[in-house]
Amino acid sequence: MSTIEDLKTAVINGRRKDVQTLVPELLESGIEPAALLSQALIPAMGVVGERFKKNEVFVPEMLVSARAMKEAMNILEPKLLEAGIRPEHTAVIGTVEGDLHDIGKNLVATMWKGAGFDVIDLGVNVSPARFIEAIEEHKPHIVGLSALLTTTMPAMRDTVAAIREAGHSAVKLLIGGAPITQSYADEIGADGYSRDAASAVDAAKAALGI
Amino acid sequence: MKYKTLAIADPAKLIYGRAPRPIKTRRGMCIGGGLIYPELNFTLPDINIRKEAMPEIVRHYQQIVTEALERAAELEAPGVMLEFETLPPMTEHPALGMEVVNILLEGIEDAHDKYGLKAALRCTPNDNREFVRPPLMRSGRYWDAMLELFDQSAAAGAEFLSIESVGGKELHDDALVNGDLRAVLFSLCVMGVRDMKFIWDHIVAITAKHGVHAAGDTACGFGNTAMVLAERKMIPRVFAAVVRAVTAVRSLVAYECGAVGPGKDCGYENPVLKAITGCPMSMEGKTAACAHLSPMGNLAAATADLWSNESVQNIKLLGGMAPTCYMEQLVYDCRLMNTAAAEGEASALQMRDWLVKSDAGRDPQAMILTPESSITIAHAIVQAPSHYAAGIAAARAAVKILRETNEAGCLRIDAREAGWLDRMDDELDDMPHTEDAFIEEMMDEVDLEKFTPADYGL
Ligand code: B1M
Repeated sequence: MSTIEDLKTAVINGRRKDVQTLVPELLESGIEPAALLSQALIPAMGVVGERFKKNEVFVPEMLVSARAMKEAMNILEPKLLEAGIRPEHTAVIGTVEGDLHDIGKNLVATMWKGAGFDVIDLGVNVSPARFIEAIEEHKPHIVGLSALLTTTMPAMRDTVAAIREAGHSAVKLLIGGAPITQSYADEIGADGYSRDAASAVDAAKAALGI
Repeated sequence: MKYKTLAIADPAKLIYGRAPRPIKTRRGMCIGGGLIYPELNFTLPDINIRKEAMPEIVRHYQQIVTEALERAAELEAPGVMLEFETLPPMTEHPALGMEVVNILLEGIEDAHDKYGLKAALRCTPNDNREFVRPPLMRSGRYWDAMLELFDQSAAAGAEFLSIESVGGKELHDDALVNGDLRAVLFSLCVMGVRDMKFIWDHIVAITAKHGVHAAGDTACGFGNTAMVLAERKMIPRVFAAVVRAVTAVRSLVAYECGAVGPGKDCGYENPVLKAITGCPMSMEGKTAACAHLSPMGNLAAATADLWSNESVQNIKLLGGMAPTCYMEQLVYDCRLMNTAAAEGEASALQMRDWLVKSDAGRDPQAMILTPESSITIAHAIVQAPSHYAAGIAAARAAVKILRETNEAGCLRIDAREAGWLDRMDDELDDMPHTEDAFIEEMMDEVDLEKFTPADYGL
């Protein structure tokens, strides 16, 4: 009989086909969807994230695991919703206005998804108004802003100010990107900064106090 | 495929400062005619680029051009290329870009009047077409504004026009992070090649109208993205190296359409293009660490005709403003190489070989860009009947070079990367025989929300 551990291993190794058979099998054996999420999928991505942090795997290998997790989520999500279970944390992420760089931002989004966050990715060249609209629509706990150009750092500052001015004082703002530093985060009033995707989960958890 | 043979077939002739098709500037620099010259590139510190900020922006560019050219003259540089790589709003609103172009041209004139310094301007507008998603590749306000800036800057006196075009990039970023060589080939050799043809026919028409030079493109958004990702250990270095070989096929199209060089600095694929076309090339390496890290800081200089710092912000360093400091470094780099060349061919080759040897064995990307490897890859490209076939041939040649040099103990490849050579060979073995068959297969696989096939004639 298959176990939760088998599912975890299949996700770590990115074996999508195995995931497709394991998830229904485990559900049929009576295991709750929420347990599969919290005991197999999230810990699996935690292992992969750790390996990535230690440079033991490359991004393509990490993404194979992420896709395996997504495969499982496609089956689990409707069941979780039916049971009234929503992800504990929601995040909105985007690259600020005027900036088209998104590889780093996409990696951060992948890591957050792997940690079980519900991630709404607004894409690139996102205006302050669009961020605010998304905050009002999705009520996220955290908003991630990415900027790669020195000339779009002011747009990041403007976005942070606009979000606060719009009265969203509780949402945690996390920023990152090659020219961004902790002191810039402090200066513009962001709640957190992370220098790479691998530490973006820790930074988000720290900002949320979890 | 326009080029059927190589302009430089002998590795000993693929060397810095010399190109079979040198270019003369108005002030008398001869690029590729025996000397390597510095090419300075610069950018702004954090400023929101809008109309109201223009006085401050103008002050920055005035300071950059005045101080950097003064230093070049003091150090007796034989000539200097300035590259104005615009920031996106400066191409979106050509009037903003032109304000800077005019400042730089005035600075160049002043430096000539005051010090007799020979300098020229390369103008590189942004390819902003991807500001709309999916990008509008052949029309729209971003396309129109880009052509307007090309036209106006050439009319005002910019002698060289370049771009880092983005056609094909819609699918390439994903191809990179997924380590998917098939998708890399589709992005670069099917989509990229078609867009290059479209954009460069327009640029060459503008340069012809103004009597200036179409200087070439770069696969920066493809090859350098791969290189930076590999430097950060996100994708395997061997994969990034093979991607680089394939980028040469895409960048070559500019020359097939009539570009004459000097090819743009961030095209690390330029040695392959120099071997094929004989046009002079700009390169960047160790002196561009201000902009990004690379695994071949010395080797990149080995075949360069212009030596660039890629980009530096106008900020204060202890030695002076950063562009002035970088001008000094570039001038010294070039002075050393020119001194070696002045002592004769043997000294120049010795210098070149030191530059090559100090990097080649340490990194796969460096290994495929040695003069010998560049010529091997160039051969593979010109012998192919189509760009599609050339992409596959370039990739195969690169994998072979990596495998053989690794087996011979000349190249270190990280243990966890070794399997990737087999993986890439397998992918290449599975490529369809014809481009049409490949396109048919890929159109079923790719995300059609990311690009507009009709914009690529697909
Ligand atoms: C929310 O919380 C968080 C937390 C962490 C976060 C985060 C958010 N966001 C990022 N992080 C962090 O985690 C990520 C993963 O570890 C990291 O993300 P990164 O994005 O840093 O890392 C990625 C995994 C890999 N890194 C990258 O992908 C960026 C690499 C470099 C080489 C780069 C690339 C690849 C590109 N570029 Co651009 N590009 C450069 C970059 C050089 C550099 N030194 O960074 C830089 C940033 N670019 C530059 C420039 C000038 C430009 N680029 C442009 C375009 C491009 C490409 C499209 C070709 C491509 C982007 C592809 C893409 N889809 O993103 C143009 C601008 C387009 C625009 N409007 O944005 C253009 C203007 C070039 C031109 N003339 O057209 C320079 C900026 C200069 C300046 N003034 O700031 C630059 C430093 C290159 C250079 N040396 O000149 C961390 O920063």
